Amino acid sequence: MNTCISKIKIVALLCGISGFSVLAIAGEMKDTGSSGAGQNKIEIKDFAFNPQTITVKSGEKITWINRDEEPHTVVSVGKQFKKSSALDTDQAYTIVAGAPGTYSYFCSVHPKMTGTIVVTP
Amino acid sequence: MSNYISHDQEHDGIDRRGFLKCMAWAGTGVLWTISGGVLVSKTLAEVAKAGSPLPKAADLNFLQISDSHIGFNKAANKDVTETFKIALDRINAMPSPPSFLIHTGDITQLSKPEEFDTFDQILKSCRTKDVFYVPGEHDVLNDGGKMYRERYLKNVEGKGSGWYSFNKNGVHFIGLVNVLDLQAGGLGQLGDDQLEWLEDDVKALGADTPIVVFAHIPLWTVYPQWGWGTSDSERALGYLKRFGSVTVLNGHIHQVLQKVEGNVTFHTAMSTAFPQPAPGTAPSPGPLNVPAEKLRSMLGLTSVQYKQGNTALAVVDSTLS
Repeated sequence: MNTCISKIKIVALLCGISGFSVLAIAGEMKDTGSSGAGQNKIEIKDFAFNPQTITVKSGEKITWINRDEEPHTVVSVGKQFKKSSALDTDQAYTIVAGAPGTYSYFCSVHPKMTGTIVVTP
Repeated sequence: MSNYISHDQEHDGIDRRGFLKCMAWAGTGVLWTISGGVLVSKTLAEVAKAGSPLPKAADLNFLQISDSHIGFNKAANKDVTETFKIALDRINAMPSPPSFLIHTGDITQLSKPEEFDTFDQILKSCRTKDVFYVPGEHDVLNDGGKMYRERYLKNVEGKGSGWYSFNKNGVHFIGLVNVLDLQAGGLGQLGDDQLEWLEDDVKALGADTPIVVFAHIPLWTVYPQWGWGTSDSERALGYLKRFGSVTVLNGHIHQVLQKVEGNVTFHTAMSTAFPQPAPGTAPSPGPLNVPAEKLRSMLGLTSVQYKQGNTALAVVDSTLS
């Protein structure tokens, strides 16, 4: 029992030291209309993520939806969550917010497009 | 024969041998040529003696085509395959058809196999069969460019993510890839491996070798707010600084822009699919919707000609209307 707790503490400590927080991976590709109430939405429009910074609670879903006529992707800087495939117009991508922290991401096709997720407990 | 004055009898700075040598130049004529921007002179006697042929008018005539975006189907152009076909018809109708094509990327819209297939199928109608490619960011969306490389590097020795060089009629062509491993907040990027290869690739070439470089994203900073530039292109251009004629052909921005800087001519081509706004004239660099009757006047091709003895290559844009 004590060994288990020690091991968990070591893992948590290592995670903290490396600054590596993991958002639980949902990685689903969904089309419009499937996201319900209470979801956090980020609209991709005019080559920008809107809102550029979003604050969510740990465990909540975040959905990006592409409203541009250009495909875009959602890629975590530092690979903290699974990257989306290329989203065409009206395609969406959803993840579940994991551990509290700040997560930067960008569009790998148009790298000037950047965004931030702030996860609170 | 020594060039030093051995016996300066009259103290006038010239001796008999030197005098005769000068007269050889004056008497027999001197052939000056501008080859690749570098002056080269030979007496005709030397030319005849060495057996070196006089420069030939070896014309090189090729064509830049770009941004076909096969698979795009939004308002800006509901039928990109049709406008691509029209572009190929234009090529077929040229009085002196190009000896090869260079496609500067965004062959497809979404890197899908069926989009590549459709492109290949339509391209068969072109009389010019020799085609060289560089990828656009739309061609490498899901697999780091693996499918692109399997299909479009068959006639070259592609290195790394797909860069290469080849020679035609004494002109050195370099295809670069600047659409992979892009960094957050950044522009296009060549990367160290490719830059080291480039430095080595041109090392042994004479400065009078005309150079043509092609890549998808512009190799000069057109409009950084929209990502229209390449973060490490200055290093690449540094390796090409000593050459008398450098022509840079890019795509990505779906409009013609040109810049001349010393011996370097930069040129971006129109798309065969849809136009994009001029820098800063729209909220974003997305497809520009124009009235249907105006579309073809904003799509086009670029002919490039090299005549032996000239410095700059002649770059001529034409629209599809």
